[in-house]
Amino acid sequence: MNPVLKLLLEGEPLSTEQMGQVLGMSETEVAMELEKLKDQGTLLGWRPILNPALDDDENVRAVIEVKISPEREGGFDRLAERISKFDRVESCYLMSGAYDLLLVIRAENLKRIAQFVFEKLATLEGVNATATHFMLKAYKEQGYFIARAAADEDKPAVSP
Amino acid sequence: MSTANRFVADHVAGLPRSGIRDFFAIVSQMKDAISLGIGEPDFVTPWHIREAAIYALEQGKTSYTDNRGLIKLRRALSTYVEENFGMSYSPDTEILVTVGVSEAIDIALRAVINPGDKVLYHEPCYVSYHPSVTLTHGQAIGVPTSAEDNFALDVDKVIAAWEPGVKVLMLNFPTNPTGGVTDRAKLERLAKFAVEKDLLILSDEVYAELTYDGQHTSIASLPGMRDRVIFLHGFSKAWAMTGFRIGFACGAPELIEAMMKVHQYSMMCAPILSQEAATEAVTNGAESVARMKEQYHRRRDFVARRFNEIGLKCHAPEGTFYAFPSIQSTGLKSMDFCKGLLDAEKVAVVPGTAFGPSGEGFFRASFSNSYEQLITATDAIERYVGGLG
Ligand SMILES: Cc1ncc(COP(=O)(O)O)c(C=O)c1O
Repeated sequence: MNPVLKLLLEGEPLSTEQMGQVLGMSETEVAMELEKLKDQGTLLGWRPILNPALDDDENVRAVIEVKISPEREGGFDRLAERISKFDRVESCYLMSGAYDLLLVIRAENLKRIAQFVFEKLATLEGVNATATHFMLKAYKEQGYFIARAAADEDKPAVSP
Repeated sequence: MSTANRFVADHVAGLPRSGIRDFFAIVSQMKDAISLGIGEPDFVTPWHIREAAIYALEQGKTSYTDNRGLIKLRRALSTYVEENFGMSYSPDTEILVTVGVSEAIDIALRAVINPGDKVLYHEPCYVSYHPSVTLTHGQAIGVPTSAEDNFALDVDKVIAAWEPGVKVLMLNFPTNPTGGVTDRAKLERLAKFAVEKDLLILSDEVYAELTYDGQHTSIASLPGMRDRVIFLHGFSKAWAMTGFRIGFACGAPELIEAMMKVHQYSMMCAPILSQEAATEAVTNGAESVARMKEQYHRRRDFVARRFNEIGLKCHAPEGTFYAFPSIQSTGLKSMDFCKGLLDAEKVAVVPGTAFGPSGEGFFRASFSNSYEQLITATDAIERYVGGLG
């Protein structure tokens, strides 16, 4: 795997300069690698991972199971991509099992989500059924625990 | 003056206390110091291993175990050692589960040393080697290793250090604090020397999995060596399990039996929860070990490169999570350098002399730390060294 990518995946927030220091590359070389990863479509973008409980906007998140009819050409792709285009849709996956698409969506409040479902989603040609589940509490977000670990006072600062 | 001193045994009173403990005390007083002085992983034990301990506790596993350790653990260790080191040991008679490598070293020495017996060890080395020998009323003879040789053991120096009465040779590769390893050819020469002088070898291989360049070879795997080597290993480092206090020893049945006697009367058995956790670690831990090792590897490359850039000559440690840069260019003594660095920049590293006289002129920096800490600390060291000029 590309060393820049590996370092990114370790998850420690480092500037391109610091990444260069760690990897023995110049800042420009790191930037070029990052550019390349973007061009290849490997690296889609950058977002901070926020604690949903501390999100000031009081956003509501929901997952929606969607049953859709596949089409003769392209199967689920056309409709799935169309649904993905809505800004509220954070993620969209084709699933095996009892339904076809799983959407993760976010909105300012419950009403907005409901609106999205019955105005935008359910009305689409090819969407046969939806089931909406609201998220109540996050325990782990993209690999990060929400509960903070206690400070480690007992670990000695120096040991042999 | 306290008079209770008169109760303390002579050989214990004689153990060095050294300035190191005082230095450690200063560091622990200092609130916001960045410490590269920690001799343990910065990772917490992988969850699947912690979970195994929790499960065992839930199941009510709170009893003593067989003195030798749980049979399922000894079986798993036997398989692991065979697959990864190439030696085959019987779980019944040739493996003993201990409270860390620390206890394994202690009971191995107590099992074989008669008062006055001599023990060769290479230094700089882990702090407990010399005192452990002293505590058995043996006599420890240090053989220096040097930076010129990337801290591999110079076999000629070992041979030259031999004298009548030497019974044991203690080895530790990869080495704390130098990160040195020793290649097969040298191990073969050492093995030949051990046969010639009829020595027993205690081989502490607690960092074996954390070998970055090339393959780790255990001296116990060389032809004819199995029965004169006690192989010591543990879970503290590669599995990040220091607090579990769990390790093991493998060797000829007579030696393991002798160690067993000491263990049985002093320790009884290793804690059952740690044994359960170790069983999970040795059976299913390879992926976790590989993940941590990969991160150490990258940090090693960074740290070694930085020290060289700063003008502190540093070989890239082939194993462990320690770099051992030279401060000879600064003209300072190790302790003065480290105290000065702590005062000026609040960065703690361990003076090389903590690990033996030939550690003078070096310090140990642990790279078991986040990149950010490593970057900040090496930048601070650069400023400090620059300001010395
Ligand atoms: C070379 C060496 N041997 C043994 C030990 C002790 O290990 P354990 O935690 O298994 O007692 C250490 C710990 O720092 C070490 O560096």
